[in-house]
Amino acid sequence: MAVHLQREIENLKRDILTLGALVEQAVREATASIANRDEETARRIIDSDIEIDEMEVQVEESCLKILALHQPVAIDLRFIIAVLKINNDLERVGDLAVNIAERAAFLATQPPVSISLDFQAMARKAQNMLATSLDALVNLSASQARRVLTCDDEIDAMNRQMYVVIQQGIGARPEQTESLIHLLSASRHLERIADHATNIAEDVIYMIEGTIVRHKTEDYKPQIHV
Amino acid sequence: MSSLMTPPSDPPPVETQYLASPPTEDRGKATVPRPGSKMDIMATAQNRKATKPLETVPAGEQAIIRSERFSLYYGAKAGVKNITMDILPHMVTAIIGPSGCGKSTFLRSINRMNDLIPHVRAEGRLAVDGQDVYDKRTNLVNLRQQVGMVFQKPNPFPKSIFDNIAYGPRLQGVRNKGQLQHVVEQSLKAAAIWDEVKDDLKKSALALSGGQQQRLCIARALATRPRVLLMDEPCSALDPIATGRIEDLMEQLKTTYTIVIVTHNMQQAARVSERTAFFYMGELIEYDRTAKIFRNPGKKETEDYVTGRFG
Repeated sequence: MAVHLQREIENLKRDILTLGALVEQAVREATASIANRDEETARRIIDSDIEIDEMEVQVEESCLKILALHQPVAIDLRFIIAVLKINNDLERVGDLAVNIAERAAFLATQPPVSISLDFQAMARKAQNMLATSLDALVNLSASQARRVLTCDDEIDAMNRQMYVVIQQGIGARPEQTESLIHLLSASRHLERIADHATNIAEDVIYMIEGTIVRHKTEDYKPQIHV
Repeated sequence: MSSLMTPPSDPPPVETQYLASPPTEDRGKATVPRPGSKMDIMATAQNRKATKPLETVPAGEQAIIRSERFSLYYGAKAGVKNITMDILPHMVTAIIGPSGCGKSTFLRSINRMNDLIPHVRAEGRLAVDGQDVYDKRTNLVNLRQQVGMVFQKPNPFPKSIFDNIAYGPRLQGVRNKGQLQHVVEQSLKAAAIWDEVKDDLKKSALALSGGQQQRLCIARALATRPRVLLMDEPCSALDPIATGRIEDLMEQLKTTYTIVIVTHNMQQAARVSERTAFFYMGELIEYDRTAKIFRNPGKKETEDYVTGRFG
């Protein structure tokens, strides 16, 4: 009985990691297409989102099938539930990558804008959080997951700073208002990606420890286990 | 761990002549040699935070069955070792564990069904309603009237439905026909089988279906007005519909009685019980709220067992 379930779980693990890899790539390329003013890449990301969507449906169907046929308990149950939720987050991150690519496609057609904030640094940070949350899933590492949770505040602060910088930019160069607003949107999308990475990390912690750490900031702090 | 098994407000146990050996040092430390399990990277229970202690007896309530360092030996071999756990009234407590883990031995110890086996010896204390089950002064007939039992295979007597139910009360000296009729009707109603048999109580109990026979046996156990109902795999010989009926019945019965059920069907334990005890190799490994045992057990052995990774 357990052999069937374990095989299904192994397949599911492979699928969710494949989806994670697709989404990571989409985010990486979308932010790069802003820096490189690369409309072609941006269009490709927008078109390939369908792949992520299909994968998400496939993962969800696998989860529902396992729940219906095997009635998993304990770690198996927590794994399935975590995958269901992570699946959802990854699909949303894929959509946000598309949104960023749409901004990139527009910005590539406009004269370049320069702002006094390192957009790419923010992009790297968000990507890093996403990558670490997926590593935590692969390695079943609660400590890696907790590291993601502590990073979220930094991205939030960067996003707030972006508002100020963009506002100043619009004041100084009103003719670039449209481009600057698109850049601000991209920043907001990165901030949302970081939020989803945080959700993924929280679900990984739930899966490993069986405790729900959402809405409990004190639980974000690293803990020592015996 | 021991605080999990016994509430702190317990009165000190009354020593009896059955406390043959002094209490040992490792009370409540239910440890087993780690089985050679095929755990993969999902083996995580070890990393987990220490679990919160089980909230034991709710305020104003007393454990109805109290096992303190209870062991039962078949000759030199221990059937169960050093079991310390409180079973609460008006709840269903499930005992799970692999074959030979001692769960049936423990269940049968509660009303001394193991007495029939030669060279059986008990140590520690096992009390029902404050009364030491293994005290030499304990009246076995009274004990078994207080603690009814239902077995794996329905075992109606080769008598009429009426006589099956009236058997216990008659043994207790009830002769009045009206009184017997009342008890039979009440018991059959409590066991949710009255509507199916009321028109032909003279029919042989053996003519009933398996599921009906099992409910008849439950009615027979209820006829002596027990406080505790022990169920040893009560549904394993029944089809899913009959199983569902017995499970629904347990839900009703627990308002009046206390139910302890041994089951190999973990989904059943998860469905019907409030508390689950996991036994392994004669020891109590973990005893906690059922939702915790099946969602987030505290011990790796429990997790391995409930997820089917055992052995």
